[in-house]
Amino acid sequence: MSILVGRETRLLVQGITGREGEFHARAMQAYGTNVVAGVTPGKGGQVALDGTVPVFDTVADGVRETGANSSCIFVPAGGAPDAILEATAAGIATIFCITEGIPALDMVPVVAAVERAGARLIGPNCPGATSPGRAKVGIIPGAIHREGSVGVVSRSGTLTYEAVQAMTDAGIGQSTCVGIGGDPIIGSTFLDVLKLFAADPETGAIVLIGEIGGAAEEEAAAWAAANLADVPKAAFIAGRTAPEGKRMGHAGAIISGGAGTAASKVAALEAAGFLVAGSPTELPTLLREAGYRA
Amino acid sequence: MKIQEADAKKLLLAQGLPVPAYEVARSPAEARAAASRLLHGHGSVGQVVIKAQVLVGGRGKAGGVKLAASDDEAEHVADAILGMTIKGIPVRKVLVAPAADIVKEYYLAAVLDRAARRILLMGSAEGGVEIEQVAQSNPEAIVRIHADPLLGLRDWQAREMAFRLGLGAHLKAAVGVAKGLVKTMLAYDADLVEINPLAVVREGPGGAEERLVCLDAKITLDDSALFRHPDHEALRDPDDEAPADVEARRHDISFIHLDGTIGCMVNGAGLAMTTMDLVKRAGGEPANFLDIGGGAKADRVAAAMKLILDEPKVEAILVNIFGGITRGDEVAHGLIEARSRQKRDVPMVVRIVGTNAEEAARLLEEAHFETAASLDEAAAKAVAAARAARAATGGAA
Repeated sequence: MSILVGRETRLLVQGITGREGEFHARAMQAYGTNVVAGVTPGKGGQVALDGTVPVFDTVADGVRETGANSSCIFVPAGGAPDAILEATAAGIATIFCITEGIPALDMVPVVAAVERAGARLIGPNCPGATSPGRAKVGIIPGAIHREGSVGVVSRSGTLTYEAVQAMTDAGIGQSTCVGIGGDPIIGSTFLDVLKLFAADPETGAIVLIGEIGGAAEEEAAAWAAANLADVPKAAFIAGRTAPEGKRMGHAGAIISGGAGTAASKVAALEAAGFLVAGSPTELPTLLREAGYRA
Repeated sequence: MKIQEADAKKLLLAQGLPVPAYEVARSPAEARAAASRLLHGHGSVGQVVIKAQVLVGGRGKAGGVKLAASDDEAEHVADAILGMTIKGIPVRKVLVAPAADIVKEYYLAAVLDRAARRILLMGSAEGGVEIEQVAQSNPEAIVRIHADPLLGLRDWQAREMAFRLGLGAHLKAAVGVAKGLVKTMLAYDADLVEINPLAVVREGPGGAEERLVCLDAKITLDDSALFRHPDHEALRDPDDEAPADVEARRHDISFIHLDGTIGCMVNGAGLAMTTMDLVKRAGGEPANFLDIGGGAKADRVAAAMKLILDEPKVEAILVNIFGGITRGDEVAHGLIEARSRQKRDVPMVVRIVGTNAEEAARLLEEAHFETAASLDEAAAKAVAAARAARAATGGAA
């Protein structure tokens, strides 16, 4: 097992004929992901990735013809919210939206519609998820991973790569690594992903990588204290030195009115039994201190 | 992107909200003419208010909001305000409006509630003061109502807000304002539409009529939605941005100037913050937050280098790239090109891992760059290089 992505994943790539879509669909396939379909409106009937993946005009066509159960979206910001809704309507259960720069208000009705349909959305503005040795969906470089039992959940992209690489270098493998995305409005939160890890028999330890801003880390910490008490847990929070009132990045982290500070998050995580690292490279050591055994 | 009060009021008016007449003046003479029309024209008023148009809080306290009862006084007051600098921002424009005869002030705002993933309508009968202050001193005084994500803010919700604020006597107007704020938010892709104060004012002969009006307005627009609102670019306040910010935006670089001496160039916001944190941990102070974004090519890297070096306080540069979409060799090419053109010789420590890192390492070695394997090592080396540079120039430690 693993969460969100695995051998059972039958992936449909929305925007497969675009530059990014094609490049990453190829990388996903090379990693071992079962890429069954692509969608680009108007290009139905073509075959992508050197004749291996049929392209459809609509997600519904792709699902009907290939039994796709997951989707990965590389559609530009103006069309991405609609792409999420199309995947939802076609019955896709797990939708990853990689697109960055989606207007925040567009996501308000979209996340509600996804929720109402009982589907799951990861992102937008996220790197996707990888279950090492099984499959990856999104843009996380495959080479940084190692098979194992640590569940990783993060708001960042490259910071996640940094942390995962440090774990892999130290011989610590991962069950699944999930980047939930840094946008103001996202489909799945830290808490949602922790619940999935808690139910996954192959995940035996947790690494949470957060950032300043909001209270999602605190919310996840409170739940973990009660529900993941016996699981080794480590965390890292970026932005300890970030000044108040300045938005760090295009859409992301900001400390305002004294809320969302790194100190508040570190305190909440420590109170919940997480060992909090001062640098991502310390995560392997802290995991072992917390009781992680391969 | 924050916009000025006068621009915010224009957007509110376009959505049908009750905003008292106002004019914008760029000179004392223009302010005099505007005041004259309000003081002597049709439906004339006894006094006008002249308000500095700057994107910082506390204008009133700083003396940027003043009353005037005559054309002469208006010109004089405008002259004083237009010469002011409020929190470092020069006042270039003033808003001239009839002085309101206020009965009571309220606070009403529509804001994107990230955690709830809904639009939040927030109101308080304690208007005219900062809402953060009310949240601290009297949190029960704030009424919070979430719009339905699929159905929007319904009439009954707007009525509930009006009644809970004690605006029952102005029900229809209050419902109109509440719904109008949400409508404004959606029409312009705003993160925040705030009216503080929303006020009941006396109007007409002898102040016989009471009316609900938006006396001040604050709107923050979503930068991600600018692609479908090309006209919003004209609302950008040039004083809200340093030249470096404009340059950064032009190159799609996320840049924030800080006070330290170690310039940082990183891909990804989370990793950029982490790099700053590790510089600090190693005993240094970051000079900036800089995220070159995903898939940066050589030209963007060169632009980022220029942004960093334009700050004279920078004593060393730390480049930290974890290639995913971004290719390490592209970044290395950009660094080599930037260094060949830079006028100032500043020590640089480069760490590139991930996609095409081997090629990057070869390029950097050929060009004699100082490199580091881990992020912690890179931070330590950059801090040491800055110290050495300072010692060499005899600067104070």
